[in-house]
Amino acid sequence: MAAEEVKLLKTWSSRFGLRVVWALKLKGIQYDAIDEDLSNKSALLLQYNPVYKKVPVLVHNGKPISESLVILEYIDETWKQNPILPEDPLEKARERFWAKFNDEKLLPSIWGAFTKEGKEREEAIAAAVENLKFVEEELKGKKFFGGEKIGLADLAFGWLAYLICVFDEVTGFKIVDERYPLLLAWMQEFSQLPIAKDNCPPHDKLVIKYQALYEKLHPAK
Amino acid sequence: MAEEVKVFGTWGSPFSRRVELALKIKGVKYEYIEEDVYGNKSPLLLKYNPVHKKVPVFLHNGKPIAESLVIVEYIEETWKGNPILPEDPYEKAMARFWAKFVDEKCLPALWKAGSSPENERAKAVEEACECLKTLESALNGKRFFGGDTVGLVDIAANFIGYWLRLFQEAAGHDLLSAEKFPALFKWSDEFSSCSVVKDSLPPKDKLLAYFKAHIAGTKAAETNASN
Repeated sequence: MAAEEVKLLKTWSSRFGLRVVWALKLKGIQYDAIDEDLSNKSALLLQYNPVYKKVPVLVHNGKPISESLVILEYIDETWKQNPILPEDPLEKARERFWAKFNDEKLLPSIWGAFTKEGKEREEAIAAAVENLKFVEEELKGKKFFGGEKIGLADLAFGWLAYLICVFDEVTGFKIVDERYPLLLAWMQEFSQLPIAKDNCPPHDKLVIKYQALYEKLHPAK
Repeated sequence: MAEEVKVFGTWGSPFSRRVELALKIKGVKYEYIEEDVYGNKSPLLLKYNPVHKKVPVFLHNGKPIAESLVIVEYIEETWKGNPILPEDPYEKAMARFWAKFVDEKCLPALWKAGSSPENERAKAVEEACECLKTLESALNGKRFFGGDTVGLVDIAANFIGYWLRLFQEAAGHDLLSAEKFPALFKWSDEFSSCSVVKDSLPPKDKLLAYFKAHIAGTKAAETNASN
């Protein structure tokens, strides 16, 4: 069998890159990690992702794929062990719907609450509260979004498990609070998974990074 | 066993037409329910799509699915004839990548180019042209993005295939032209005239009138805002 070559272009802190790491670890796939400096993008990154010039990029036997959710589906179709999508088309659709909801609604609203000021921040917080309600509802009767085991949606939401506490610490404002007991329980369960425990960026390093960003965006008056 | 397939949509929405197109490609019979999304969303729509409260919503034997590209992938996996995605996982990933690019970059850029306030117009048009240029290169000499037949990316790009020409007529600009983007322009003709597509497009006059009214409404709001 020909040697398989799997490379992952990411950064140490990229929450989208981390999803791909989790999927590769879940399936026991060996890969070379290439950490990019986004202030000085490598020629390789620009060659492999000319459209977005972003991480993550998965390169499988020389062929590049960008966009983390597209990469996750590719990984699932190429390496069949420990599937992250169910067989049933309706259940698959549900996983895709919620992964999309995280990327298009939940994450941007929480990011807005972190980065914006004044009225824009209030609107972002209001949106986040709405979005979190839906997520909480979806978790009723389930351990993970995927049921008993994690799936695509869990990988998409996974950033909450290690990054929300960083945002809480930096801003002094708790966005995922006791109104969302199921989500808080899910965050605990997710962070205890071997793939998460062994593969999250160091908390202290994240606090330093986001503290610096926060101060830059919200200079003390 | 009788299959129950329903689509909740609106006549002018490219998103609900994507779902109808996928069903037509697969020869699946369905019931269509027109929603009044501006005036009066039906209780059924709000029940079946409580998260987004939008069309399209797809109902298969009572089970609802929302988000047009999620629905299209469900249709692909449920009815196997006339596939709209390639078998090969890498080619499939490329199709999904381009469909996402259309949804997340092209469509917002095109909409902005036609409805931005004057002072933002030039930048919006430039961004829209960049998107069309990228899409043109993705076509890469093929008849359709899907190759010889309409596939996922063609379905996702339906706004560009048909709606855009009317939108730009209403907005008074010329983003997609044969001179600037010959391959994409030709594709839009191929797409909107191919048999499975052409009978399920909204009527030209009605759509043009809708866009004209929308753009006039945006301009009026701008004028009021600056007075």
